[in-house]
Amino acid sequence: MKIKQSILLLLVSILTIFLFTHASLKKEVQVVKMPWLDSILSIQNDTTYVLNFWATWCIPCVAELPVFEKANQKTNREATKVILINLDYVKDQQKVLIPFLEKKRIKTSVVLLNEPDANRWINLVDSSWSGALPATLIFNHKTSYRTFIEKELNFELLDTLLKNSHINK
Amino acid sequence: MMLKKLFLLLLVIVHFSENSLADDRKAYQVGDTIMEFKLKNIDGKFKALNDYKSEKGIILIFTCNHCPFSVAYEDRIIALHKKYSGLGFPVVAINPNDDKAYPLDSYENMIERAQEKGFTFDYLHDETQEVAKTFGATNTPHVFIVSNQQSHFKVEYIGAIDDNSYEPQSVKHRHVENAVDQLVKKIPITVTKTKALGCSIKWKK
Repeated sequence: MKIKQSILLLLVSILTIFLFTHASLKKEVQVVKMPWLDSILSIQNDTTYVLNFWATWCIPCVAELPVFEKANQKTNREATKVILINLDYVKDQQKVLIPFLEKKRIKTSVVLLNEPDANRWINLVDSSWSGALPATLIFNHKTSYRTFIEKELNFELLDTLLKNSHINK
Repeated sequence: MMLKKLFLLLLVIVHFSENSLADDRKAYQVGDTIMEFKLKNIDGKFKALNDYKSEKGIILIFTCNHCPFSVAYEDRIIALHKKYSGLGFPVVAINPNDDKAYPLDSYENMIERAQEKGFTFDYLHDETQEVAKTFGATNTPHVFIVSNQQSHFKVEYIGAIDDNSYEPQSVKHRHVENAVDQLVKKIPITVTKTKALGCSIKWKK
């Protein structure tokens, strides 16, 4: 009887742990449109925003994700906000994007920008952007800081850019 | 004191390198004359700009095998060539990618993909990446429509094929078709520059 009870208890614990870890890994992704992008870009506060434009099929984008994960973990949430703006096909959200984020254990916030006609919004992000991925915009309205990078970033560079973004000009 | 100076110096250095991040590579603009080029086609023969002198113009498309956006546009590129080669505006595709970074974009794989999909247009290999650099191509697919001015070819349109790479059935604006139609009719092109998402061209190190 005692053994049976112990086994049962063990099974329940395993199940609880399993459910708990899976529930916490389940990634939610908000699907956004142009007004969302507009509102982020015109936000007036002293937070530094890091907007990384990426897609799961973009090899250099995937390669630099750990850089943003590290920045997201290391920086103060109120001072710096990292947002990964995904550009995958919205139909592939459940099939491709969510499993990808869970597998890579991405903790940074992710939104899916569902605006196929990129010609309408690329220039809003930066007029110098060709449309090539990956691309990253770093800005802080309080310090009037703004840098746009149309290539892969490494952590050292991102870290320096973030530090500079908080310095009043 | 010494440390403070060093920090300031570092800031200055970082500031300069930040500015250089805004890549000011010279790129062709609408109205520019394009340079001569000679690139290897998938049939093993070299094609030069001069070989298209009997055409009214060319729909030049920087594209490749590996990029999902390029793949999404393959059928539409085939259709463009089918529709416009008879009207004097053939498609000429150019693959500028470094095949060390993307083995799928090697010359051998270009031949294979062209056979699989039945490309009827020229698919040229920009092995040195000189042509893509001179044009200022940045991503794939990236279109440059040029018109034959007899002594030279002039850039008429730069940008995207249409306004929806994901769903061909949801396209509202066919930028390339509109531009070529207007060139054929000899009327001014209404939209000469657009942007689209694409895979960044992988430059050789």
